[in-house]
Amino acid sequence: MQKRKTIEERVFRILTGVACYSLIGILGYIIFIIFNKGFSSLTLDMVTKLPSGGYYYGGEGGVLNAIVGSLYIAGGATLIAIILGVPAALYINSHLIRYKRTQNTVRYILDSLWGVPSIVYGAFGFTLMIWLGMSASLLAGIITVAFLITPIVIRSFDEALSTIPIGLQEAALSLGSTKSQTAFKVLLKQGFSGLVTAILLAFGRAIGDAASVLFTAGYTDLIPTNLDEPAATLPLSIFFQLSSPIPAVRERAYAAAAILTIIILIISISARYFAKHYSKENIK
Amino acid sequence: MNTLTAKNTDTLMEPRAIRKTKPESAISIKNLNVHAGSHHILNNINLEIPKNKVTVLLGPSGCGKTTLLKSLNKLTDLYKELDVSGSVFIGKDDILNSNHNIPALRQKMGLLSQKPYPLPVSIFKNVAYGLKLKGVKDKKLIAYNVEQKLKEVGLWEEVKDRLHSSADSLSIGQQQRLCLARGLAVKPQIILADEPTSALDPVSSKIIEERFRELKKYYTIVIVTHILRQAQRLADNVVFMHYGKIIEQGTPEAVLKNPQSSQLKEYLVDGF
Repeated sequence: MQKRKTIEERVFRILTGVACYSLIGILGYIIFIIFNKGFSSLTLDMVTKLPSGGYYYGGEGGVLNAIVGSLYIAGGATLIAIILGVPAALYINSHLIRYKRTQNTVRYILDSLWGVPSIVYGAFGFTLMIWLGMSASLLAGIITVAFLITPIVIRSFDEALSTIPIGLQEAALSLGSTKSQTAFKVLLKQGFSGLVTAILLAFGRAIGDAASVLFTAGYTDLIPTNLDEPAATLPLSIFFQLSSPIPAVRERAYAAAAILTIIILIISISARYFAKHYSKENIK
Repeated sequence: MNTLTAKNTDTLMEPRAIRKTKPESAISIKNLNVHAGSHHILNNINLEIPKNKVTVLLGPSGCGKTTLLKSLNKLTDLYKELDVSGSVFIGKDDILNSNHNIPALRQKMGLLSQKPYPLPVSIFKNVAYGLKLKGVKDKKLIAYNVEQKLKEVGLWEEVKDRLHSSADSLSIGQQQRLCLARGLAVKPQIILADEPTSALDPVSSKIIEERFRELKKYYTIVIVTHILRQAQRLADNVVFMHYGKIIEQGTPEAVLKNPQSSQLKEYLVDGF
């Protein structure tokens, strides 16, 4: 009996361990492929120059247009998602706290929105754009991506907020706070690191998504100077270069993918540092 | 009243005298009923809570003590499943049926919960929080009050050198005292405490109890407790509840030493 338990325990340990480490291995392999294939093209020119006329045929230049365009779109959309999402998540966890059914319905709807494929948001954004008489532009891209990531900000921040014990809200209310004061002064502070995670998740999705910006942001070799100009994005830049028959251009696609990965890494590390610093007074 | 013995016959007159000049009530509960679906949590509660005395709510788990306490400052609002009817008068204001400024009414009552819930800010800001809500802006006045309240709960000496560190760095006993100081800072008239020592070590529990004994000179205190000895040590007035009803109430001598109801007798046998 004892021996059987020991074997059982060992089998489960191996199975769970394999599941865990194989995923990490896959991630490592993806990063290795990207850097391996893109390394020779990962030059300073790549990140500091705009594509020249013959760039897509192997000519000079870089993908600065796509880097800046992606940062603009992801940054703008994340900003909108924060402005809409933070109050929404706080509302769900303060004013809606006694309306469990409504709370669950709202969560279910947001989860569904989270699950909608980004091409659907792209199509929706495109329709909206036509309806408003806009053309493919930075603004249209930002708005479409904001639709895509706002549910992510709300739901993942909401998940963090929902773990805060109700006793903390009761304490703040009994000191004379209104529900809104409790939400903004106590819940927001206590859930801040959860908010940072939510923003990171949303930003990562925003900067990495190709389908939603395909029709809405367009593509250009220039850096947009205005909201109504089209904007290039890294995912589309990768897509265009990867579909080239010229090997040197395909290599650049990997370099662009590496740049995208590095941007996400930098933002992730700095945001975590910031969150840790800001939530040092939090109650554990 | 049969606990009074012959050696203090003079005091035999006292209860009658008290009955004549009815003690002033801080909280007056009338026909309070709380339902959660088909479950009748509080069943027609009528209770006068005397001013500047310690009232202890006693009873087995699930008898409605905590719900009663939460009804007093309308925290029942947070739970839609609780259907509350009746009246709770704080002075002349019926907290349950009025459109009064609820946050302001809540500031008349400090709440101490089972487990301390310090706010996610520094020790100093925890105590200053309620003052700032009250609109106090003078920094010196806030600092003075913070110091006074921390002294009142016996925490000042332990934290004066680290007022700006996180409240989370305190031990759980210290956190509970901080929560008490924080509640006192808004100058309440009433302190509501829900098993305030149940999560604490014996030393911290003793400190909290000692504070309560001093505080009752200035505040009306309502404590929910499971600990009979604590009830005996602290109470001026004991209320025994069972399945949402008040079964007995009176002085600790009368209620705890000479129980009348079978429920209380059983509870006392099990409890001691």
